[in-house]
Amino acid sequence: MLLAFDWTQLAQQTVIGLSVGGTWALLALALVLIYRSTGVINFAQGEMAMFSTFIAWSLVNHGLSFWEAFFLTIAISFVGGIAVERVVIRPVERAPELTVAIVTIGLFFLVDGAAKWIWSSETRTLPNAFSTRPIDVAGVAFSIEDLGNIAVSVGVVVLLWLLFRFTKVGLALRASAVNPDESRLLGIRVSWMLALGWGLAAAMGAVSGMLTAPALGSFDQNLMQVVLLYAIAGAVLGGLGSPIGAVVGSLLLGVFITLVGTYVDWIGTDLRTPFALAVILAVLLVRPAGLFGRTAVRRV
Amino acid sequence: MRRALGIALWVLAVAAGIAFFLVLPRFVSDFHSRELAQAGVFFIAIVGLNLLTGYTGQISLGHGALMAIGGYTTAILVTHEHWRDVWTIPVAGLTAGAVGFLVGIPALRLSGLYLAVATFGLAVAMPSILKKFSGLTGGSEGLVFVEKAPKQITGLGGSVTIFGHSMTQNHFLYYLTWTIGLIGLTIAWLIVRGRIGRVFRAVRDSEIAAVSSGVNLAKIKTLSFALSGVYAGIAGSLLAIQTQIVNPLSFTFLLSILILVGAVVGGLGSLVGLVVGAFFVQYLPDVSTHISERPGVPDFVYGAAIIIVMILLPSGVGGFLRRLARPLTTWLYTRP
Repeated sequence: MLLAFDWTQLAQQTVIGLSVGGTWALLALALVLIYRSTGVINFAQGEMAMFSTFIAWSLVNHGLSFWEAFFLTIAISFVGGIAVERVVIRPVERAPELTVAIVTIGLFFLVDGAAKWIWSSETRTLPNAFSTRPIDVAGVAFSIEDLGNIAVSVGVVVLLWLLFRFTKVGLALRASAVNPDESRLLGIRVSWMLALGWGLAAAMGAVSGMLTAPALGSFDQNLMQVVLLYAIAGAVLGGLGSPIGAVVGSLLLGVFITLVGTYVDWIGTDLRTPFALAVILAVLLVRPAGLFGRTAVRRV
Repeated sequence: MRRALGIALWVLAVAAGIAFFLVLPRFVSDFHSRELAQAGVFFIAIVGLNLLTGYTGQISLGHGALMAIGGYTTAILVTHEHWRDVWTIPVAGLTAGAVGFLVGIPALRLSGLYLAVATFGLAVAMPSILKKFSGLTGGSEGLVFVEKAPKQITGLGGSVTIFGHSMTQNHFLYYLTWTIGLIGLTIAWLIVRGRIGRVFRAVRDSEIAAVSSGVNLAKIKTLSFALSGVYAGIAGSLLAIQTQIVNPLSFTFLLSILILVGAVVGGLGSLVGLVVGAFFVQYLPDVSTHISERPGVPDFVYGAAIIIVMILLPSGVGGFLRRLARPLTTWLYTRP
């Protein structure tokens, strides 16, 4: 029985899981970025990413190559994210957190509606960034697309880490998330740091969307809703306040769900989501602040 | 003297509210009283969520799932056991209350957004769970009252007679829903202004301080969840009675989100504003479809309306009303 186990299949499924989890990780990272500075989950993050993907589709349709459209879309999304923060979130900056959360729910409907309004709701296709041809690594066939997705996800995460760790802007971003009042006293424009965070989050969401759409074959306005769900789950699994946690949590979730779908028959596709959520709940009950989160000690 | 005037004003306002509730169906069409009945369903669920989120500080994004428990309890009792539909309401409330109690247990470990996400998971998973147990729930087709138990539907013939008054089915549903809604509101008010309400608020404002003062956190949190579950279950049951059908699509996670939107728009930690919250959630989709039928535009208007209301009224309608009435209340409750 043990001898007959197909290690090749396990390796292939793990890479597929990492590839899917990588796209979730980018969106999860976007969520964590905003969570750290505002204390809310941006429920519209997925829809904003979907909107960016539609922009990329329009650009490709106007004759740009995938990679030209890719980088242009990231830039547009960055500016768009900042604009959204300035117009919609700024007015409720001092309101209770739940009010801000409801505003992001409103934003969810607004962006979804705008995308249907502009692009109508028929399905589209985005060309594949990488060839879907299999490649042979140590006797196991992997698809280039999956490996490419993993590479892009890792690349974005590393870039973000470099930004936060080694630049002055990154330091200001971290400072204003940790202690807004003192940062303001030190001359950091905290409100603008918040906007910058939204811009970065939107840009990361855009990458996530542009990797997800080609992998699915065709897409419409519902593209990112499932991804958002898994990104929230991954971020919570890793600990909402921790960027590393978001990445690791999403990757673990991606591999876990792919493997469960392959090896456990009775769960199938129907119960995959409930099962994954149940596992996350179990993890949370043991570690209430996620795998990498720290429980805050508060004074009364 | 001023105190007596204050009480008199209160009594007058309540009497006016009840009178308005009683005569409203005379002035609107049969169809509109059906819509008002649906708003009542939202109202009951929102009052329940407000006890939990507004007063106890526990965010739930899973109230749609609790409504599903109530709705399916009613549907199963009507179609499998042939109960009369209205008699299932208390059972639906208690069942959902019990489930709410169970949901409250993880809440002892989780706080804030982690709890919100955990309950959101319940709401997302509910439709697939309902589909899986198709023997009981009828799978994705759901349970249709008219097919399986037409005799158990109150007013299927078109009219209902209560205490000698004959009324159309839709008027009956309006009175049924809002009577339960107003009773629920009164009970919520009594809870909130009493000892338990004070403990709820203590837990909301600081768990540590509450525990230090001798509050049994486990008891209070699960009690709040259970109470809130009873309201959600009754709301779900009434929804099933009104539509005479339940299926997994009646209780998607969107429903949970709408209830939360209604509660925040109505004003967390207030009760009167919740009526406005319920009407907001019920009528906004109609209003936004009226503006333009073009695909996408209703969603756009809908989202924009939520954002604008939240920017203008960050503490909801309840907070706005309180601010508006402050000169009056200050005058009434100050000794001259």
